[in-house]
Amino acid sequence: MTDPTAAEPDFAFDDEQLEFGRVVRQFLGRRSDQAEVRRLMATGTGHDPDVWKALALQLGVTGLAVPETFGGTGRGPLELVVVFEEFGRALACAPLLSTVGMAASLLTRLPADPAALRYLPGIVDGSVLGTVALGAGSEVDVPAAQAERSGSGWLLTGEATFVVDAHVADVVLLGAATAAGPTLFLAERGAAGLGATALDTLDPTRRLGRLRLRETPAAPVGEAGGARAHLAAVRDLAAVYLAAEQAGGAAFMLETVVEYAKHRVQFGRAIGSFQAVKHRCAEMLLLVESARSAAYHAGRAAADGSAELPALAALAKAYCSDAYVEVARASIQLLGGLGFTWEHPAHLHHRRALSSSALLGDPNQHRERLVRLLDGSHTEER
Amino acid sequence: MSVAEDLDRWLADHWDPELGLREWRAVLVDSGWARPAWPGEWWGMGLPPADAAEAQRVLAEAEVVGPPSTVAVNLVAPTILQHGSDLLRSTFLRPALVGDHAWTQLFSEPGAGSDLAGVTTRAERRAELPGDTWIVNGHKVWNSGAQDADHGLLLARTDWDVPKHRGLTCLVVDMRAAGVHVRPLPQMNGYATFSEVVLTDVRVPAEHVLGEVGGGWAVVNAMLANERSLGAGAGTVPVPGNVAGRCRREAAEEAARAARHFSWYPQRYGRADLVAAARSADPLVRQQIARVVTLARIAAWSAGRARANLRLGRVAGAEGSLAKLMTSELARAAAVAHAQLAGPDVLLGDTLTAEILLSVPAVSIAGGTDEIQKNIVAERVLGLPKDPTSDAHVPFRDVRRNGPAEPSGAELSGAELSGAEPSGAGS
Repeated sequence: MTDPTAAEPDFAFDDEQLEFGRVVRQFLGRRSDQAEVRRLMATGTGHDPDVWKALALQLGVTGLAVPETFGGTGRGPLELVVVFEEFGRALACAPLLSTVGMAASLLTRLPADPAALRYLPGIVDGSVLGTVALGAGSEVDVPAAQAERSGSGWLLTGEATFVVDAHVADVVLLGAATAAGPTLFLAERGAAGLGATALDTLDPTRRLGRLRLRETPAAPVGEAGGARAHLAAVRDLAAVYLAAEQAGGAAFMLETVVEYAKHRVQFGRAIGSFQAVKHRCAEMLLLVESARSAAYHAGRAAADGSAELPALAALAKAYCSDAYVEVARASIQLLGGLGFTWEHPAHLHHRRALSSSALLGDPNQHRERLVRLLDGSHTEER
Repeated sequence: MSVAEDLDRWLADHWDPELGLREWRAVLVDSGWARPAWPGEWWGMGLPPADAAEAQRVLAEAEVVGPPSTVAVNLVAPTILQHGSDLLRSTFLRPALVGDHAWTQLFSEPGAGSDLAGVTTRAERRAELPGDTWIVNGHKVWNSGAQDADHGLLLARTDWDVPKHRGLTCLVVDMRAAGVHVRPLPQMNGYATFSEVVLTDVRVPAEHVLGEVGGGWAVVNAMLANERSLGAGAGTVPVPGNVAGRCRREAAEEAARAARHFSWYPQRYGRADLVAAARSADPLVRQQIARVVTLARIAAWSAGRARANLRLGRVAGAEGSLAKLMTSELARAAAVAHAQLAGPDVLLGDTLTAEILLSVPAVSIAGGTDEIQKNIVAERVLGLPKDPTSDAHVPFRDVRRNGPAEPSGAELSGAELSGAEPSGAGS
């Protein structure tokens, strides 16, 4: 990482990106309002396949960072940052992080591999859901399984947990140990010996699962021994998207609380006129805008293919995690008794904030990664 | 002919790096090129802002010495141009631009900090004195550069019977006048770069009122707006890199003299640059280093977002107004990191770490406390309702204020009327 105080070009989204964000917000307002979120979080699959199809075919959300060769629009990670921020606001129940943020990101890195042509067009048109077993920590979980040759193919045995949307994924990508080192493999849903169970999660709006592989046939993807670098790169991208989602969720909670503070009257005054409330809201706004700046700039590093991406992804994931947790906690406090009820959306954001903070590595882990990247002692995957 | 060509031609005829500093500045100021956006009759050329910016660029590129970057030039002169009478303009603008006059602000008081409109320095008009004179009594504080100042811009209360914002007047005070007493104010970090100023029966000619009598609040706000628009670097004086020639050398010396007051200024922002370059094997210290680097990067990004949106002609977003709060948070986080990095050496007094730790508290106070800043953000950005105030709509003399144990309301008014108010005042 270069001098952190060095000047960088100024950044703001262009008009087209802002307009796309508005379109996504309107769509989610229609198809994923709070009642719908609550309905879906109680279902087995946890999402609505029709809405997913519409997101893919009408809005092109699934193909934003997929090259045109594979049916996408090749716009890039910044447009996805816009989408994730909106999904975070709405707590939209959909396999966006798993299928688009992880599986599509990984396959897009391997354009020459047969798996890219085989699965990416399906991901783009909404017919294929995918996920990547990255592990729960900030360091990627490699290997998750043991790979054994069997005739011309491979059989995988092992277990991976905290896999996002494992219960609905049509294709699963994971690293497995081979003689050449950890290698990336892809297993299809329904393969022999492959079991996927949904975990009972703190956040019911995002599903996590456990994968069990017992001599499961799987195809190697990418170069032999190349899993670590690919998984680390996907971890970075997914961390940036998650950071954008966290910024969106925090922004929504702040807006909700500010509206409440303008109208809730106690002691003959709107509670928002009390400095104890005002100051807390101003502090939350600082967290929200700072989280946005972090997520946007990490997104820009991703879009530019910058060598700083690992450091900025760690920075953004750490900051946005803490910011969202703090904003959710402060929001519940300011909403008072109302904020502690099941009916109010605050607890759904609280749940999402707590679980997103832990997913893909908690803030402490990412800060440690950031410092290691800063002082050049980082010798992880790449 | 373009502005740049005009100016290039003029510089070819007039600019000589071997001129004395004052001699050159006089030529520059009298030509109008020092402040080309100002009106032609007041040392300007009446150029539109874009052309003036172009002229500024040409001067900077040619490394031509311009007016000094001082309180006088950056803050006072624009305010006098905007609010001053022709007499004040003709008396004070040129010496400020040339660098002959140094100025200080006489705003804050021991009893009026965040609530600046609550000042109690008293100015009374004594038309019977020769030349129509105001008499000033009061105590000002946090006056930067007052030791060296020739003039002070003073905010005083001239009417106690109207609400607080309406009874204020701005006056130009001669800092060498009888009754002006300047004392350096030692700060917690050992520096004394500010002063307190005690004014005892100081005479100010009536024509030295800046703006309207009773209109001081508008003048002060114009000046504070100038200050805010200069941003966090205001008060520091950039030393020119190129010192070839007598003029540039003298300008560099002048800037270095001014800068010696401000050597601690970078430290009050916490020196995140030093934290980012530091190494530690302690996992807890490494966490704090990461926090500082994170806040430093985000502060720069948010400022950049504000600039970019402004350039795109968009309504200013929330990110710009939060900059000051972010600066405070970053400085505090950096101070924590410095203390951790120093280990037992944090016990020592004569270290850069000590200077940082003892300078950082200034950043969340100076130029508007964090608490006031949060009120502003909450009210103007988030649209939360204002606090009910008890003092905005009543005569100032009835407002509770700081000071030694005061007699109760009725007695106080009586005492002030009979004791402090001269006969005939307010009539």
